[in-house]
Amino acid sequence: MLIRPKAGILDPQGQVVERALPALGFEGVANVRVGRLIELDVEDPDQLPAMCEKLLANPLIEDYDVIYDRAGTNGAGA
Amino acid sequence: MKFGVVRFPGSCDEVDAQLAATRVGEAVLLWHGDRDLQGVDAVIVPGGFSYGDYLRAGAIARFSPVMESVFEFAREGGPVLGICNGFQVLCEAGLLPGALLPNVGLRFVCRQVDLEVVDPDTPFTRACARGERLSIPVKHTTGRYHPPPEGADVVLRYAPGHNPNGSEQDIAAVRNEAGNVFGLMPHPEHAVDRLTGSADGLRLFESLAVAVAA
Repeated sequence: MLIRPKAGILDPQGQVVERALPALGFEGVANVRVGRLIELDVEDPDQLPAMCEKLLANPLIEDYDVIYDRAGTNGAGA
Repeated sequence: MKFGVVRFPGSCDEVDAQLAATRVGEAVLLWHGDRDLQGVDAVIVPGGFSYGDYLRAGAIARFSPVMESVFEFAREGGPVLGICNGFQVLCEAGLLPGALLPNVGLRFVCRQVDLEVVDPDTPFTRACARGERLSIPVKHTTGRYHPPPEGADVVLRYAPGHNPNGSEQDIAAVRNEAGNVFGLMPHPEHAVDRLTGSADGLRLFESLAVAVAA
């Protein structure tokens, strides 16, 4: 699950990163948002959106995307 | 008047809250793993770092057994006061509207701030006058209040120039619709004696004692 600050929510961490990149010569960067990644193995992936709504994200301030890795090639699992 | 102060793993202000409450009544500690609220008249969810602030501040504490009893107590109209991490827990639990975000400066802030009383008609502020200023310390990293789209009932605001965290509309404290659940980022329990700078925090404890006695 990718969890990030909702559009319209001020993200000071993203702003700091956005200011730091040009200092290293990386130009043309905008709209940096810093979120977090939660990896897990689950038997019933249909539960994932409800997990995000109820615990893993706070829907008032965060958006989430579920990324499926059915082959189990990502991370340490399977 | 008997206060119950919840102690989670990672709480650190529960003893100060208990000592502050003792100035206006009796106060006991409530262990997070117990469901028994010991017949208290008011519950305080104190400051600290419950469950290590894992995931989000307050996100895990709301699942503890004691919180099931606190939900029931609040539903029946019992007064619940959340301070700092306690405010975060009550927001995550849905007992209060809104959410707390990292401070706009991304730093831990620890300083004395002035607050303005917006709503003196609550069990937590009835000893105060509308517009009155209170000097109470803050100490937090995740205190930027974000109200829900429908808005929140504001009880205290940071005075002009005193907002330490970028909180929207300078909101420092809100209540639920019924008025019996109240949360704030500043620490009234650290401002109960002039020896440590201010006794203004005591007003909130006195308010609660008067409200419960009424």
